[in-house]
Amino acid sequence: MNEILDGIVKALQLIFSGDPTVYGIVFRSIFFSGTAMILATLWGLPIAMLLGLKDFRGKSIIKGFFNTMIGMPTVALGLILFLIFSRAGPVGFLGILYAPAAIILGQAVLVMPIIVSIATEAIEAVDPEIMNLAKTLGASESQASFAVLKEALNGVLLSNTASFNRAIAELGVVLLVGGNIAGTTDVLTTSISRYTNTHDLDLAIALAIILLVIVFGINLAVILIRKSKIAYFLSQRISR
Amino acid sequence: MLIVAAIGTILVVAGTITYFRYFAKRRLMISTTTSLYDTGLWDEIEKTYEATHNIDLNVISAGTGIAIEHAENGDVDLIVVHSPSMEKDFLEQGYGVCRRIIAYNFFTIVGPSSDPAGIVGVNSTEALKRIVEYGRNQSTHVWVSRGDNSGTHSKEKSLWAAAGYNYTLISAETTWYASVGSGMANTLNVAEQKSAYALADIGTYLKLSTDGAISLTALITQEKALLNVYSVMAVNQTLHTHVNFGDAIDFIKYLVSDEGQTLIENYGKANYTQSLFYGAVQPLKTNPASQIVQWIQDYAFFDGSECPSQYRDGHPELYS
Repeated sequence: MNEILDGIVKALQLIFSGDPTVYGIVFRSIFFSGTAMILATLWGLPIAMLLGLKDFRGKSIIKGFFNTMIGMPTVALGLILFLIFSRAGPVGFLGILYAPAAIILGQAVLVMPIIVSIATEAIEAVDPEIMNLAKTLGASESQASFAVLKEALNGVLLSNTASFNRAIAELGVVLLVGGNIAGTTDVLTTSISRYTNTHDLDLAIALAIILLVIVFGINLAVILIRKSKIAYFLSQRISR
Repeated sequence: MLIVAAIGTILVVAGTITYFRYFAKRRLMISTTTSLYDTGLWDEIEKTYEATHNIDLNVISAGTGIAIEHAENGDVDLIVVHSPSMEKDFLEQGYGVCRRIIAYNFFTIVGPSSDPAGIVGVNSTEALKRIVEYGRNQSTHVWVSRGDNSGTHSKEKSLWAAAGYNYTLISAETTWYASVGSGMANTLNVAEQKSAYALADIGTYLKLSTDGAISLTALITQEKALLNVYSVMAVNQTLHTHVNFGDAIDFIKYLVSDEGQTLIENYGKANYTQSLFYGAVQPLKTNPASQIVQWIQDYAFFDGSECPSQYRDGHPELYS
């Protein structure tokens, strides 16, 4: 028991004294997962627009595919990306294995299905009248699409936060393609694992507390966004 | 939008690659055994070396088997490992060059202080026999193995062979034999929780034991069969032209220098009352008749040399 209490006290000291090791790790975690989220949005949003606004054959298969990919086990994806990024693999010439680029790309691939699925749903939920109305008012096809996107903004933000959350909390990809190199590719999850093993419990606990604060904080934000989305729809109904 | 997505992707990838190529300090990628890493020795080496050299050491902790794979794929520039038999293959296949033996210590068979199998006072061969005998009568795990193709794991295999067992068969007796497939510290933590025996390097054992993480006792140590020798090798630049060979050679020179050897030898001395690792360079050079040098030569020399001349890649000065 003493060890746990002692660890927690020391962990809090580390957090509040601004320990450079701890905050370096926190910064890298947020930077990698944040960049991955932006990248995944860049890839995922056009797909979601296509799926949400257009009708074509095989659409439900594609939607089903992205829904399934949300459950991709991180270690499996980590292994696949390791094989691809290694010097012996197809894009080995880039030399990005065990470098931040590999982590960012890997996490972006991991969370893109979340963006596609949630954003598609949000776009589909927008009243189709808005598209027609915009067109009647003389908007071009792409301007009308943007009008729909604006209405679906809450859902898109929700997909962003959910994907950031998944990225920052995952271990498989970041460990296998990042290599947990101290000061370069070590992030919250890999460092917690490392310091637990080597019995540096104060560091492990400090990092775990920060990870929990980030993840729960973002979950809370997601809930608030969801609420405001519902409130928004209700207000629309009432005003009609 | 597709164009934006494509441009964004290219920017991120190109950005990080450019950053590492031109703006960040040069990198030296090192893959090393978990036993060296878990003790914290690498943190110390990294700090000291980076303070005086304009380079970023990137250290990946892996078992010897994985480290050698990294090197064969050209994913790292240099490896520090401890499995002479695997190192020999690695040199002969042309993947590695410029091997130097940098340090040694001893493996130890650890176990609960009550020693239910009664192995204190016997040699490692006899100890393993007693552990097998004891384990087969138990329904719980009594032996925890790294099981990760590491240097320690390969040592374990050779000890089982020396004791007259077929490793494949013995490791299949999963009622008492637990293979965890992970690093040294994790393996010791599992052995601690199960009150089981395990083969460990003395460095990691002392660190965890002094830190209060484990209460296991080192029951057998300091015999020839348990010798543990660490070597450094650079990845062959003629095979992987992109490797940072120049910095790798500089780093090897540092490790075998008096400064590097003193750092290795003194690491942890204050905390653990004994050296975790002993420098191998001085004894090999100045005291060839001593028992430890004889042991190192028997165990870790190839054709009477730590690195036969055909594997020196034009760097004879490393061996003068």
